[in-house]
Amino acid sequence: MHDGVLIAQSGLAGRGRKSRWPARLDLLQSLTGLLLALFVCAHLFFDSSILLGKDAMWAVSKFYEGYFVFGKAHPWLVSMVAGTLCVVFMAHALLALRKFPINYRQYRTFHAHARAMRHGDTRLWLWQVYTGFLLFFLASAHLYQMFFWPQAIGPHASSDRIWSDGHWPFYSVFLIAVVLHAVTGLYRLAVKWGRPGLPRPTLRTLRRLLTAFFLALGFAALATYMKIGYDHRDHYGERYHPAGNSPVDGDSPGSVPEESSSVEPSRFAGQRR
Amino acid sequence: MHAPAPVPAPVLASRRRTLAIDVLRYDPQAPASQPALQRYLLEEVDGMTLFIALNEIRERQDPTLRFDFVCRAGICGSCAMVVNGRPRLACRTLTRDLPDRVVLAPLPFFDLIGDLSVNTGKWMRGMSERLETWIHEREREVDITRIEERMEPELAAAIYELDRCVECGCCVAACGTARMREDFVGAVGMGKIARFRLDPRDTRDDGDYYELIGDDNGVFGCMSLLACHDVCPKSLPLETWIAFLRRRMVLQAADPFPSGG
Repeated sequence: MHDGVLIAQSGLAGRGRKSRWPARLDLLQSLTGLLLALFVCAHLFFDSSILLGKDAMWAVSKFYEGYFVFGKAHPWLVSMVAGTLCVVFMAHALLALRKFPINYRQYRTFHAHARAMRHGDTRLWLWQVYTGFLLFFLASAHLYQMFFWPQAIGPHASSDRIWSDGHWPFYSVFLIAVVLHAVTGLYRLAVKWGRPGLPRPTLRTLRRLLTAFFLALGFAALATYMKIGYDHRDHYGERYHPAGNSPVDGDSPGSVPEESSSVEPSRFAGQRR
Repeated sequence: MHAPAPVPAPVLASRRRTLAIDVLRYDPQAPASQPALQRYLLEEVDGMTLFIALNEIRERQDPTLRFDFVCRAGICGSCAMVVNGRPRLACRTLTRDLPDRVVLAPLPFFDLIGDLSVNTGKWMRGMSERLETWIHEREREVDITRIEERMEPELAAAIYELDRCVECGCCVAACGTARMREDFVGAVGMGKIARFRLDPRDTRDDGDYYELIGDDNGVFGCMSLLACHDVCPKSLPLETWIAFLRRRMVLQAADPFPSGG
């Protein structure tokens, strides 16, 4: 048997030289959180490309499928990104669990403490726990969908999913939870590590501004997808074709979607709205 | 300087408030005792602190009321209590900054002696022994007759700044982490480590300090809620100290050839 296992089994793990793992886990929790929060911010910008028009959103979705590099869309690239994020997400969730209240007594004590103290950052942490708990399910569902159906991303495919498939309530709750959690997480990282060294009132203001900005951006994009989905409801399943181009071979509802089809980039050069 | 203009008596009287001070009373030694709020009405006077108000109540209304005080000037840290939900020093809290109703409770986390009196000393001593908050000299024998080596005034001032903590317990009582995990060393413990780390007379290095605070009961348990920083009656920069120690301890953990321990 490994010495460390025997020592741990005997309850003497804390008696020798202190483990370096608490430091590594703390750093890893921060790094995975930073990566995910930055991804969420970038993701919201990509999503909101729909505010610039369907062609802009189409171009962004094609970019992630490698269309402009390989000359052919490869939706599995999106699956790979979703799979990688899923691993980072699970690691972050596992590491963050260390800080959760682990039983009702701890939760009740903390909740009463936060209510009585009326201290912003303490209450904010409780919200981070609530939104983090929600994200266990919401982010998992979203990543699952993106991993297995990466081709269903595009101006019409996404809008159909949001409106005709009735996913907009899911995305509304998801958006609020993910923005609150991500921006609060960035704020927490800044005060936790003392970097970039800004005073806390400035960081608080930044947190409020960023939260408001990303919520506004996200909901504006969601509303646009809902509107497009509503207008497109009678053509559910039909994929988007950039302006001035006809559907490519094999692109019909229920078959390979044009939003992820094998059209060449040169065909659309200079023709975007 | 001109003397302030006399205020007509009726106007002054109309400005005075009657404070309703609700005190959470409980005697852990009396089996029949139940925690309950007891209200005391008190006329507010100019410059009144909670410490003055509580003494007034004890002298004129209820001699059984228990609370602690020594210095009356925010130096001893004895009169810490929870005032309307937040830990504060009674002697540094002016009643004019409080609403008409004031709710007082003992500091949580520490052993309750009775009413507003808690035994912070027992916990502080335990923390000090656990974190070895005294000068460690490895190279030579301790000689109390030897004259101390010179220290630059700037460094002495920096150490003094870190030494201003009065161990009142407000930071620990305000800490959500400590409330959930009772073995957490709290901001006061980490402040002590920061203080000795700065002191050139202490020969310990980061490897030694990692052995003291390098776990989830130490710096890596801190969830950065920073209520400690916000309630500290001495306005100590706890946020900066804890972040600094976290960075140092992570660097120490990354060192493939650690010293100390």
